[in-house]
Amino acid sequence: MKKLILIIICNIFLINESFALIEVDITRGNLDPLPIAVSPLHVDIKSENYKDLKIKDLGINISEIINNNFRATGLFNPLKKEAFVQKPDIAHLKPRFEDWRLIKAQALVTGKILIKDEKLKIEFRLWDLAAGKEMTALAFTTTPSNWRRVAHIISDKIYERLTGEEGYFDTRIIYVAESGPKSQRVKKLAIMDQDGAKTKYLTLGNELVLTPRFNPTNQMVTYMSYFRNMPRVYLLDIETGTQEVVGNFPGMTFAPRFSPDGKKIVMSFAKDGNSDIFTMDLDTRVVERITDHSSIDTSPSFSPDGKFIAFNSDRSGLQQIYVMRSDGSGVKRITFGNGIYGTPVWSPRGDLIAFTKMRKGKFYIGVMRTDGSGERLLTENFYQEAPSWSPNGRVIVFYRETKAGLKGEGFTAKLWSIDITGYNERQLKTETDASDPSWSSLLSK
Amino acid sequence: MIKSLIYSITFHSVMILLTILSLPFMLREPIDLPPIVSVELIQITNKTNIPFAPKARKIIEETKKKEERLVSEQAPPSAKAKEKPDRIPLPNEKKEEKKIVKKKQNPEEVKPEIRQSSEFEKKEIVDTNQIAALIDKAKEQAASKQKEKDKITQSSKKNSFASGLTLSQEDALRAQIFGCWSVPLGLPYDEDLLVRIKLSLKKDGTITKSEILDHQRMNRPGQKFYKVLAESALRAVRLCQPLKVPPTGYDKWKEIQLNFNPTEMLKG
Repeated sequence: MKKLILIIICNIFLINESFALIEVDITRGNLDPLPIAVSPLHVDIKSENYKDLKIKDLGINISEIINNNFRATGLFNPLKKEAFVQKPDIAHLKPRFEDWRLIKAQALVTGKILIKDEKLKIEFRLWDLAAGKEMTALAFTTTPSNWRRVAHIISDKIYERLTGEEGYFDTRIIYVAESGPKSQRVKKLAIMDQDGAKTKYLTLGNELVLTPRFNPTNQMVTYMSYFRNMPRVYLLDIETGTQEVVGNFPGMTFAPRFSPDGKKIVMSFAKDGNSDIFTMDLDTRVVERITDHSSIDTSPSFSPDGKFIAFNSDRSGLQQIYVMRSDGSGVKRITFGNGIYGTPVWSPRGDLIAFTKMRKGKFYIGVMRTDGSGERLLTENFYQEAPSWSPNGRVIVFYRETKAGLKGEGFTAKLWSIDITGYNERQLKTETDASDPSWSSLLSK
Repeated sequence: MIKSLIYSITFHSVMILLTILSLPFMLREPIDLPPIVSVELIQITNKTNIPFAPKARKIIEETKKKEERLVSEQAPPSAKAKEKPDRIPLPNEKKEEKKIVKKKQNPEEVKPEIRQSSEFEKKEIVDTNQIAALIDKAKEQAASKQKEKDKITQSSKKNSFASGLTLSQEDALRAQIFGCWSVPLGLPYDEDLLVRIKLSLKKDGTITKSEILDHQRMNRPGQKFYKVLAESALRAVRLCQPLKVPPTGYDKWKEIQLNFNPTEMLKG
């Protein structure tokens, strides 16, 4: 009995001892982009030729696209392949982790390509070099001409695995391609991959086109065009190229935009001399008035759950941003700062609203919470506007006009992107001047 | 029957009593002790190891004399100040010095298991003047460090000195991991993302075992961000090893827990 009690007491003291585990709080780390090595994909020797495709270079080209995608995020630092310690033919082997760690890489991408029977098969593996284990491995089969898209899809998968949020590389941006002097500006509808590749013009430039906007659920676009000086709202299916007129609207029609389910469009137009917000059901073509106020209400944008609409109005004097329920009730002003606010766009995540702010002759692109708090101005310039969100809500694309010549003659309009943290501001490559961008949802979704 | 019932009741009462007395969470709040200040002592000898050149010796002696004169001109030295700064205390003065140190750092009684006096005890020759100077300096540093730490962790209940690492040791370890941890910048700032990793360490600081304490959460649906954070934290400790650990007290730190919390960083 005594022994038993003694053992129990000893055990209790041991339990007591085990509670004294040292705890250290780590609340800071380095903000440097994650060093990642993307090894050129190994081309299988059994691969057959396919049309004009240079099979030998395909592995390098795909790894270059992945590298460029990662570099553009600002979250990754793709290492130079000159520093790589193993050749691409390691695709089917476990990499020598210790060697890769020597070049300070924390993640490694390997893969291989095979073209057979006019089909392209791409495999890739993502390795955690510190842990010495595989993080993900996937294989895709497609037509060889689709190799560029596969590179974007691989980028998305890796991005998602390393950051936890959805990627945005397998996406496209539609915009208004501009050329010619300001008085005789030719405006065409153009579409390109998010990295600037594969630009395609969708209209001829005979008519003025404005404000193209992607449907968040598919590859449909709505935009405005002037036909015989009357604004028309169009629907364009990017996949099939078919186009239809939604309706003729009175003058001063602005910025049609889809609802989150893609079944309605919301826009503003002037009825009885006053601009208000209206929705139109795309199936029934029934137009419904949402706001009815003597002020000018424009730039409506749905929240991703479809319950609210953000818009700008001058009902308080200066133009400010307001939020209301999607039926028009409960209008609430959310911006009270100095300056004029416009073009509110709700983030696909639903947590932020992007906007343009004008103050003292300068234009700012910023974000704020949906109640107007936490305003952050991300970028400042003489003229910039029309923010549009990447499908994961991390990056904003907008356009900026700058003086073109050294003496300030002429102007140029270009697309720019910026991270919601305010870092990583970059100009997007476009063949011509560009404005009014709209970012698509993921093509492979 | 009654006999065994009595035995059972007695035994259970003893168990309950022992549990109440011994389990830490049943105890009252510990007395909030002021932080222990770690002091590094430099052993002072009466002769320097480097011999002076004959010319330099003359110059040094002359300067010393001048300095002594200056002191006496400006203010008459007090009885305490009369002691030479490099005076070697006698071995029988050691106990007295220890008392001074203890009194200055911790006016209240310190529990033996958390008292960091081993370094003092090891030193056979101690200079009181230097200790006083160092304590004053270290007190300031410790206060600022404590302020900073409170700001960062906001966990007032955690006692760093109860952990078995001194503040400087803990700071060194923390700073080392800061450098290795690439914080995934895409993480949301408004989610509860705390990753606790338990490490088993060798004496040289290399990791023998690393375990995410809430690893089930990694595979739950909708916990992608937690998984990413946990993986980045594991990567950091692996890249950092061998960890900067103290040369002594292995039993206390052979297992440590690191709490990775990026919230403040992500909020910017």
